Amino acid sequence: MTTENNKTLFTPVNIITGIFLAIGLVITVLRFTKGLGYVTNLDDNNPWGIWISFDLLCGVALAAGGYTTSSACYLFGLKKYHSAVRPAILTAFLGYALVVFALHYDVGRPYRLPYPIFVSPGTTSLLYEVGLCVFLYVTVLAIEFSPAAFEWLGMKKLRNTVTKLTLALTVFGVVLSTLHQSSLGALYVAVPSKIHPLWYSPYLAILFFVSSIPAGLSMVIFEGTLAHKPWHHMMDKTHLDEHEGVILGFARGASISLAAYFCVKLVAVAYDNNWAYLATGWGAWYLLEVLGFVALPSMLYAIGSREKNIKLIKWTSALTVFGIILNRFNVSIVAFNWQLPSSQRYFPSWMEIGISIFVVTVGVTVYRFIVSRMPIFFEHPEYKDAH
Amino acid sequence: MKRRQFLGLLGAAGITATLGTEAQAASGHTFDGYPNAKGVLFDSTRCIGCRKCEAACNKVNKLPAPAKPFDDLKVLDTERRTDAKAYTVVNKYAGKKGPAFRKIQCNHCMEPACASVCFVRAFTKNPDGSVTYDASLCVGCRYCMVACPFNIPAYEYNNPLTPRVMKCTMCHDQIQKGELSAPGCVTICPKEALVYGKRKDLIEVARERIKRNPERYQDHVYGEQEMGGTNWLYLSGEKFKDIGLREDLGNVSVPTMTSGPLSVVPMVAALWPALLGGVWAMNKRKDKVAEEEQKAAVKAAKAEVKAEAAAKLAKELDKAEKDKAQAIEREVKRALEEAAAAQKEEAAAKKDEEGA
Repeated sequence: MTTENNKTLFTPVNIITGIFLAIGLVITVLRFTKGLGYVTNLDDNNPWGIWISFDLLCGVALAAGGYTTSSACYLFGLKKYHSAVRPAILTAFLGYALVVFALHYDVGRPYRLPYPIFVSPGTTSLLYEVGLCVFLYVTVLAIEFSPAAFEWLGMKKLRNTVTKLTLALTVFGVVLSTLHQSSLGALYVAVPSKIHPLWYSPYLAILFFVSSIPAGLSMVIFEGTLAHKPWHHMMDKTHLDEHEGVILGFARGASISLAAYFCVKLVAVAYDNNWAYLATGWGAWYLLEVLGFVALPSMLYAIGSREKNIKLIKWTSALTVFGIILNRFNVSIVAFNWQLPSSQRYFPSWMEIGISIFVVTVGVTVYRFIVSRMPIFFEHPEYKDAH
Repeated sequence: MKRRQFLGLLGAAGITATLGTEAQAASGHTFDGYPNAKGVLFDSTRCIGCRKCEAACNKVNKLPAPAKPFDDLKVLDTERRTDAKAYTVVNKYAGKKGPAFRKIQCNHCMEPACASVCFVRAFTKNPDGSVTYDASLCVGCRYCMVACPFNIPAYEYNNPLTPRVMKCTMCHDQIQKGELSAPGCVTICPKEALVYGKRKDLIEVARERIKRNPERYQDHVYGEQEMGGTNWLYLSGEKFKDIGLREDLGNVSVPTMTSGPLSVVPMVAALWPALLGGVWAMNKRKDKVAEEEQKAAVKAAKAEVKAEAAAKLAKELDKAEKDKAQAIEREVKRALEEAAAAQKEEAAAKKDEEGA
């Protein structure tokens, strides 16, 4: 599976990775030589496409496993989830790093990305708020992740200094996550005239924040499932012993937070008295999202954790992750500009999809590199019982 | 140290964020626009769709030549919007009273959405009423385009490294420099469908026209209230929605809409650390209490076991003592009995001797 098996680099996974990376590099060159107009289907009415919907909105929501897991373990006293913290922090760190990376493709002048913070802060903008928080949170995640790298590199002193910051970093991480998870939703509070009433709400900030919790928890379950097979040999006894407990506990948490999210969704419809829209085609689509990808997984998680049905929980985590992606796409693409004729609506170009796949591939590749080397799924023998 | 630094930074950001919104939500203060701000009144009933305004705009703003010349009126048959090469366009609509024309360009909102959502303050609402854009700050996030309720700002999508947002400036620079006395489109208009002047006065003019010709006009000045009010105003004989101007936008400006979520930001930054720290402290305390209770329980259990053992030992000792006493007694008794028997035997032997 991993590259250091010394046998061959040309495993199926590596070949697919290579193809995706190569295509991505070609599109990268086109993006920065011919412009956004050449590689994307964006236009003046549709300035934000899947690089915002998927790479930014979904990327941030699905990286919420970092703050949910670390706060469960360090703040809410659920120490039995300790072995889940490092994988979750790593995923979050890579997720956010990739969000920032992907933004370099989307904004017109990526070399000016530091401007909002260092040159001309536009403090009335919710995007400024997002930018500042993401910038700070990437830094926090880098520090939170660094002990694993320091242990791997044998830098004991630095490692021990950084681990003393755990509590402060965790608190700060939750503050920042609350702020930018919600602000991503609040970005769309400015455009009631462009988003279908079933998806527009003055509560968008709360909807995005609350849904980030089951998104993060489900990603931890989902990713744990994917990682379990190829890296089983890297996992120590504690990790393997705690694994089932983590899945059951997170399933309960996800079930409850999905139920809460479902309630907020209903409140949002009730607040503006948008019930009549439920009888339209848009309503059917809305109900599919809310019943099929919020209420249903909430119930399945509850059943799964009650009956200790790990397999059901794993499938439910995939369902939830898909549901969150569906929601972010609905708000930012499907229901956005809903009043425009279909000829003026946006659909991504293959090159936009290519870059999104490229970004995910880069993430998976870096992830594979790190977990095959650094103490992520196991405790470094020199630091056992050090926490 | 790190944490304090971070929190300080965040606090500072929170404060600037609150100050930056002009604390609208908190103070109930409203911004009614600059008093001497100018604007343009467009009268759709006077417009003949000659596209001369488009040509003039193109010229004074030095925009690239269009694909089809400006005197080609067939262009009007398809509905167009502003784009990177055209700050203004005229569209033709089939009205109830015959064809109606409507010129569109930036409406120069009194509280511009584009300016309030820009995270680098690249847009400025000027005292002369115009909203202008500074390309030297723009990062190219295009949130202004997302936020604009009128779909006006356009983007140079085909410029790979230095794309700009393009939109009407109400000829701000040209007027400041004295090159023009009114926007290029206004000056050229052969039908006086466009009037440049103080916004306040323009509203009066518009009202006066409606009053004098009530059957000619809709009884509404579009832009007086829409999205908090715009400096470009419209009169029409047809329903506004029939000439491509949305009537469902409402009168609330974007800065007012976003002030709610923005006001929560510093609160989260201020309260979350205490809340989360509290949860942590409670859990730690719970753990500590649990640990102490466990210790106490162990101690008590140990003491009990010890006491039990002592009692058992004492009992055993007592029993051993008793056994010993009994054994002695038994031995003594037996000795006594033996002694008595011996005495008897002796006495009997004596008797025998005496008897013999």
